[in-house]
Amino acid sequence: MDETKRRFVQAALALPATLVLPACERTAPRPARIAGTFFSADEYRFVEAATARLIPGNREDPGAIEADIPLFIDLQLGGPYGRADRWYMEGPWAAGTAQQGYQLKQTPSELYRIAIAGIDAYCRRQYSGRAFAELSADRQDEILRNLEAGKIELGDVPAQAFFSVLWQNTQEGFLADPMYGGNRGFAGWKLIGFPGPRYNYVEEITQYGKPYPLPPVGILGRDGTRMRADI
Amino acid sequence: MAGNVAGERRPDGNPFEGNRSRDYPLPPLERSAGSLMFDKAARELGYHPFPGPAANASRPYKNPLGVQMGQCTYCGYCEWFGCGNNSKASPQSTILPVLLKKDNFSYRTGCDVTRVVLDGSGTKAKGVLYRDLEGREFEQPAELVILCAFAHHNVHLLLLSGIGKPYDPVSNTGVVGRNYAYQITSAVEVFVDELMNPYMGAGALGQAVDDFNGDNFDHGPEGFIGGGYIALWTTGGRPILQHHLPQDTPTWGAGWKKAMAENYLHSTAVSTHGNVVSHRNAYLDLDPTYKDIYGNPMLRLTFDFHANDYRMSDYLTSKAEGIARAMKPRSINVKKRKPPYSIIPYQTTHNTGGAAMGDDPRTSVVNRYLQSWDVPNVFVVGACNFPQNPGYNPTGTVGALAYWAADAIRTRYLKRPGPLVQV
Repeated sequence: MDETKRRFVQAALALPATLVLPACERTAPRPARIAGTFFSADEYRFVEAATARLIPGNREDPGAIEADIPLFIDLQLGGPYGRADRWYMEGPWAAGTAQQGYQLKQTPSELYRIAIAGIDAYCRRQYSGRAFAELSADRQDEILRNLEAGKIELGDVPAQAFFSVLWQNTQEGFLADPMYGGNRGFAGWKLIGFPGPRYNYVEEITQYGKPYPLPPVGILGRDGTRMRADI
Repeated sequence: MAGNVAGERRPDGNPFEGNRSRDYPLPPLERSAGSLMFDKAARELGYHPFPGPAANASRPYKNPLGVQMGQCTYCGYCEWFGCGNNSKASPQSTILPVLLKKDNFSYRTGCDVTRVVLDGSGTKAKGVLYRDLEGREFEQPAELVILCAFAHHNVHLLLLSGIGKPYDPVSNTGVVGRNYAYQITSAVEVFVDELMNPYMGAGALGQAVDDFNGDNFDHGPEGFIGGGYIALWTTGGRPILQHHLPQDTPTWGAGWKKAMAENYLHSTAVSTHGNVVSHRNAYLDLDPTYKDIYGNPMLRLTFDFHANDYRMSDYLTSKAEGIARAMKPRSINVKKRKPPYSIIPYQTTHNTGGAAMGDDPRTSVVNRYLQSWDVPNVFVVGACNFPQNPGYNPTGTVGALAYWAADAIRTRYLKRPGPLVQV
């Protein structure tokens, strides 16, 4: 086709700028573990408490806290995921069916904000003014199970939808590459035995039954605490 | 390895396959631990396992156009990712490098075609409209337009452009959007004592049996038509999406964590992929409410599986369960496909239909050369051409149809533009 014949028809439709190249080569030390990008201090306390029940741990057997899952979620909600940049978010907003997936008008960050406020308000009503983070582990487990079963009323958002997103993001924070802020020190990968993204298993794939000998490696190397500078 | 070369049966290939003129250009990929276990179990049951044909280069390879491909390294990031090693055969890696050297070739990245522009008669395409990344709209003039987008997208463009009569399920008239069919899948997760190293894999590394596909077996009392294939694919072990957990594992908490530690390296899955027949109430049309970023109506999918699909899939799943048990697992988890159809769990990208090929313009969108019945200088290529979804993945047939249509365009259409089939 003759390129010079192409005719310019119409300009300047507002499209989101999605083609920002990630600066993978630049890395940054982890921020101190405080609420930062998105969560308020109260919200961060909820997320720490909830994720610590979803994936419990301690220094010898790292879980959500040791793996920096709350930090991962905070960074995600402050970024394109939290804003639902890549989702279709135009109304009208029908209730949807169980087979249609996420049909809420709230972005993930809005969902967290509304749900956490609702859960803490519920806890304060039920348990003498105490927020979720101030309750015993057993009580927190019970509340999480009730959220999972949709038995707690959160106002504008369904409890099950929030629990489902929270649990999905918690798993992602445990098992995603450490460059996104979670899986600190490869905690999740070491637990399950995943050696990280590696280029070549030509020799190893036929070594049936043998453990892979090298330690975990991430996109940014073997440190396991380095993060992308642009998130 | 091929199972039938020029009529000669090869013992390690698929004995049910059609006659092919020559063997594959490269030997199979190295087998994963899981695919070897599947092979042994299936043989014990009297089935005929074979290495799934793969478009991953098992050795360094120069293709017939002179493009050098690297040997697959089994990195496990094949599915859903580009290949940094040029080991995956797809048009952008095997053909585009050759086209780029031609003086009369150019392409645009990051652009969306939104319309085929017709002349006043509505029977001839003048070109296409497209938008670039900044949202600017261009018209590209053309003597010949070939729609090669994904199956649904081709149908969307036909509907937006007013090419062919849209299907109406109520009156059962029209053709564009008709014959939509999906593929029905199920899986049996297998938990074993052996170390499986699931992260060493490739997109099409697997062992399959074709014993329960099409007419390869006696349907006798089974009460359904069609079938599918059963396979163990080792595509990789991406921890978030590709882990398996035994039945009754707690959904979260300490029990979940313990099960992850115990099972990630010791699990795999036998999957089934089966045929889906077209139904009057399964179709694609323009959404009456929701619009895309350009203000065009979005494409709407109306679909559910039907009784034949479930019966067939349950039968395949029971055979997959038999193979899984013969792998001597510590446990298995049978995941049947249950009604209704849901968009939530990823199943496959093997969508078919919507722009079916046929010999009657009243029931098909394109003729046997994939040429639009209504606008003869528009060709439509893709799995949208399938009037049904057979019990195989579409890509091989899509490739064959593309060559078939390209040959007809080169050897016949370009010499005398116009309809290649008269009715």
